[in-house]
Amino acid sequence: MNDMRLSERAVDAQNIKIAARNVQVYYGDNHAIKDVSVDIEDKTVTAFIGPSGCGKSTFLRCINRMNDTIDICRVEGDILIDGEDIYDREVDPVQLRAKVGMVFQKPNPFPKSIYDNVAYGPRIHGLSRGKSDLDDIVERALRRAAIWDEVKDRLSAPGTGLSGGQQQRLCIARAVATEPEVLLMDEPCSALDPIATAQVEELIDELRQNYSVVIVTHSMQQAARVSQKTAFFHLGHLVEYGETGHIFTNPEDPRTESYITGRIG
Amino acid sequence: MNAAQSSGVFGLGPTGLVVLAVIVLAAAGFVLARARAMASAGGDARRLHSLPNYYGYNAAMMIAVPALGVLVIWLLAQPALVQNAVLDLIPQRAIAEGSSINLVMSDVRRLAEGLDVAVAAGALSADEAADIVATGTDIRAVLGNVGVALGSDVDPEILAAAQEYRSLSRLWSWVMVAVVLSLALAGMAIALRSARAGFRARNAVERGVLWLLILAASLAILTTVGIVLSMLFETVNFFSLHPWQDFFLGTTWAPNFRGNSELSILPLLWGTLYIAFIALVVAVPIGLFAAIYLSEYAGPRLRSVAKPLLEILAGIPTIVYGLFALLTVGPALVTLFGRGEEGLLGLTWMTGATSVLTAGLVMGIMLIPFVSSLSDDIINAVPQSLRDGSFGLGATHSETIRQVVLPAALPGIVGAVLLAASRAIGETMIVVLGAGAIAKISANPLEAMTTITTRIVSQLTGDTDFASPETLVAFALGLTLFVLTLGLNVLALYIVRTYREQYE
Amino acid sequence: MTDMTNAAAPAAAPKSSLLQQDARTRRRNAAETRFKAYGIAAIAVGLVMLAILLVTIVGRGTGAFTQTFITLEVALPADTLDKKGNRDPEEMKKVSTFGYKPLLAQAFEAKIAATGGLDSDLDPKKMAGILSDSAPAQLRDFVLADPSVLDRTVAFEFLASSRVDGYMKGRVSRDSIAQDKNISVEQLDFVDKLIAEGSLEKRFNLDFITGSDASDARPEAAGMGVSMVGSFFMMLVVLTLALPIGVAASIYLEEFAPKNWITDVIEVNISNLAAVPSIVFGILGLAVFINYMHLPNSAPLVGGLVLTLMTLPTIIISTRASLKSVPPSIRDAALGVGASKMQSVFHHVLPLAAPGILTGTIIGLAQALGETAPLLLIGMVGFIASNPPDSIASGLLDPNSAMPAQIYEWAKRADPAFYERAWGGIIILLVFLVTMNTIAVLLRRRFERRW
Repeated sequence: MNDMRLSERAVDAQNIKIAARNVQVYYGDNHAIKDVSVDIEDKTVTAFIGPSGCGKSTFLRCINRMNDTIDICRVEGDILIDGEDIYDREVDPVQLRAKVGMVFQKPNPFPKSIYDNVAYGPRIHGLSRGKSDLDDIVERALRRAAIWDEVKDRLSAPGTGLSGGQQQRLCIARAVATEPEVLLMDEPCSALDPIATAQVEELIDELRQNYSVVIVTHSMQQAARVSQKTAFFHLGHLVEYGETGHIFTNPEDPRTESYITGRIG
Repeated sequence: MNAAQSSGVFGLGPTGLVVLAVIVLAAAGFVLARARAMASAGGDARRLHSLPNYYGYNAAMMIAVPALGVLVIWLLAQPALVQNAVLDLIPQRAIAEGSSINLVMSDVRRLAEGLDVAVAAGALSADEAADIVATGTDIRAVLGNVGVALGSDVDPEILAAAQEYRSLSRLWSWVMVAVVLSLALAGMAIALRSARAGFRARNAVERGVLWLLILAASLAILTTVGIVLSMLFETVNFFSLHPWQDFFLGTTWAPNFRGNSELSILPLLWGTLYIAFIALVVAVPIGLFAAIYLSEYAGPRLRSVAKPLLEILAGIPTIVYGLFALLTVGPALVTLFGRGEEGLLGLTWMTGATSVLTAGLVMGIMLIPFVSSLSDDIINAVPQSLRDGSFGLGATHSETIRQVVLPAALPGIVGAVLLAASRAIGETMIVVLGAGAIAKISANPLEAMTTITTRIVSQLTGDTDFASPETLVAFALGLTLFVLTLGLNVLALYIVRTYREQYE
Repeated sequence: MTDMTNAAAPAAAPKSSLLQQDARTRRRNAAETRFKAYGIAAIAVGLVMLAILLVTIVGRGTGAFTQTFITLEVALPADTLDKKGNRDPEEMKKVSTFGYKPLLAQAFEAKIAATGGLDSDLDPKKMAGILSDSAPAQLRDFVLADPSVLDRTVAFEFLASSRVDGYMKGRVSRDSIAQDKNISVEQLDFVDKLIAEGSLEKRFNLDFITGSDASDARPEAAGMGVSMVGSFFMMLVVLTLALPIGVAASIYLEEFAPKNWITDVIEVNISNLAAVPSIVFGILGLAVFINYMHLPNSAPLVGGLVLTLMTLPTIIISTRASLKSVPPSIRDAALGVGASKMQSVFHHVLPLAAPGILTGTIIGLAQALGETAPLLLIGMVGFIASNPPDSIASGLLDPNSAMPAQIYEWAKRADPAFYERAWGGIIILLVFLVTMNTIAVLLRRRFERRW
């Protein structure tokens, strides 16, 4: 992966998958996200970067309403996916999350077998028509997460017994098994070693063909390697958003420049 | 008997006297050693190795600790020693038919203590008590006047043994005083000699304190050893009087104080397990669901109200539950399932208020908070990341709980249920009042049955005769109960511990 | 990643609007609601049980705090009570309570003669039957205390018999006494007349709180007082032994113990002791303290020792928790200025952990206060202690009962009048427990420290 490829891809015109307008997030009295508006394109990897506590993860969790599980959290403004407001009263977060999958910072396989981990989503959403259908879904998801060859002989072994990188790819397989349209990744490589990181990054690039991927990362190199679009968050504000190549080579905002050159963060 | 005891411990009998003396010596040692150390440093505390008080503490410790330690051990050992010495004096023929050496020994003790009481009360002079003969004076009448009732007239052999018991007891008591006091004085001499400026008094005191701390910590072991030994000895006695096959394999529990009892644990074990089972059937679902709701759904306000309220149930003494079972739940069940035409359902299934169901239901109520607070802790220990993972896939909250949180928490919950089961098996007051006293193996929960704990209470209250299998069986029951609950506890604690480590 | 091309593209999946719930989601949400309802139901069942329990206790126990009293003027003739006439209490003791009994019947006779409208066909002896069996003893004690009252007529307040008391409290009715030898319908008619006349009334009965237990025939005279004293002395023993030993053991295990198998054994031991059934401690007490050491039966000292062994694990566990919550920086700070390890523990860690230790101790004491089973085995039931002990030694060594044991004793008796006392006793016991737990909670709130 090099900058050449990235800039080539960025030229493609994409339709808008996620549109956020004037989003505000409060944790109790703490104003965590301040007036963020952003358009995220389909079949693109979008990276959210910024110093710790800047709100990038919080904003990511707004996109599939994971913040609903936190009692004191309050979201204002609109987030539209395919033109539908996901904070509409009619929207069931359960249905939304089937459409917007998520991969977390630390690999969190369920204490079940590898097979059951991947089959969990399809089962609860009723996506399979029978046992053999489910087997197909599981195999497809594991292949797509590039872990099939490593686990195909031990599908009934516990998922927690895998190595860190394998666990994270298992979690990705688990997320793609429900056929989401958007995949959110919250620092998916922060708990992994460099080799596992490389595997996961390669995977993210593959996934771009089918999904809109949004990835939060604290590593600028990673953002540069995997993403086409980059958003820079600072103190709850969206400071700058644009082509990844552009942001890294020619940032418009002095804060972005300071962060990229290592003066803040 | 009481007066004799109290004069031994709290009045100025040998024991009280020697304790007082040791305390006085220790206080004196403190003052003297402190002064001596100061003098050796020329009155300048800075030239001492330790603070002056440490020299005092050291002396007090050296005087009191060994002396009092020996005193305690002596008091524990003396009865056995004296008894063994007296045992030889009792001829075989003094042991009546159906009696045993233990019973005769307790007569001897009673007589000896009675004579002491009589002397203390002034009914006899010390010389009269020593010279009293079985035939001349009516000992029974004399002792009866001072409130000591003897069961029968006194045999000369028993009297001789009792006199020997008295004189040996007195002799050993004075030997004890001498030994303890000389230990205290020796400690004082050593401490005073070492009370010099260069002596590391603080280190010595701290070493001593450390040993005291260790002693306190090992009391837990001592208690366990005490429990096991006290029950083991009597259980061995029991099995020498009663075939073990009947105890473990028989099917009838019919104690008969004239002998020929059938003493089998199986009917009791059945009642115990049946009641515990009903209790768990009540407590586990309610407790578990309450814990799930409180830890997963409830807001902080409901949690802060409901949790302490539920825990009140755990703080209520079991006697209250026992009364509740006997006087409220039992009669209510009879109204429901019994009384024929007068009852609510017109049934005649239940006759008395005590039954397996009565005790089981009430015990279940008691165990609700036990199960719920243990499960609450365990559910909270499941990492949030697993819930997030499930939510992130679009699972509903209940799907997350049923398919991710509960399976992850299962080992811990199993541990909690085992602990609850051990509680239910060892619970006494509820079954004593609510379960009934009929030992039988029946599947009908509306019948009265009995449990191990109830039988322990009934065999060991009232007049107990430690030579009859009917009394001793209680120790075998107790040991079985102890082994049973200990096994459950060890297993449960092990499961819970490994579960906790998994997520730490 | 050659497999990628084989994978069905998600774009091929039918698009569904987020704004419309599909049937499956509706079903899943219904399951969610049901699941939540189970949880609420479980909590509700628990709370309803608590409510039923408390309502039962209060509803059935408050009656014990009131009692029916009958005011009666009794003539105390010297010629029957002091035959020799020399007013010597020693001589007068020869007249037993039996000799005082006829006076009560005479008093009723006199009362009817004196009061208009209060007539009855009842035999005066039957009239006296509505009084407690303790009434003659009350007369006798009064006379022996001060012989100068002889030949006077004195107004007394007697306890009514338990049946009359039950009638006043609604426990006994004219129908329910058909088989009862102790009271008749005529006597109840007479009671009604006495109520109308104003010499029979129900009011607060301090004796229930301060008095001693009474024999089977006199439930109306039974009280909790002496067993409260017994419980008090037991708690005294538990506090003086369990607190220092428990704290010492905790300090060793938490601060000094090396990590080896011996400490492991001790730790496992303590957590297991905490779960050993209480009755096993009773067996231990019976075998060791009574059978082997020959400490007196039924003595609060023995009860206290048994409860000490039982409470120790609780105190050790909570003390260790509070020692653990003191941050290591405090210990380091003390060690840093040259204190020995022992000094750092006793001067700094222990005072900081004290509130937590105290809280744990109070909770352990509350637990011990309500414990019954081990006391049954060391004989602290079935004994009627009539007098409060007069010294600490007698408080510790004289046979006594304890509050929960007293309640058990009443629960076993056949007369329903004792059940009311048992519930009342529970109220008193719970008042103590609530007070202790409240103190513990307040202490925790007041001194809770977040590091």
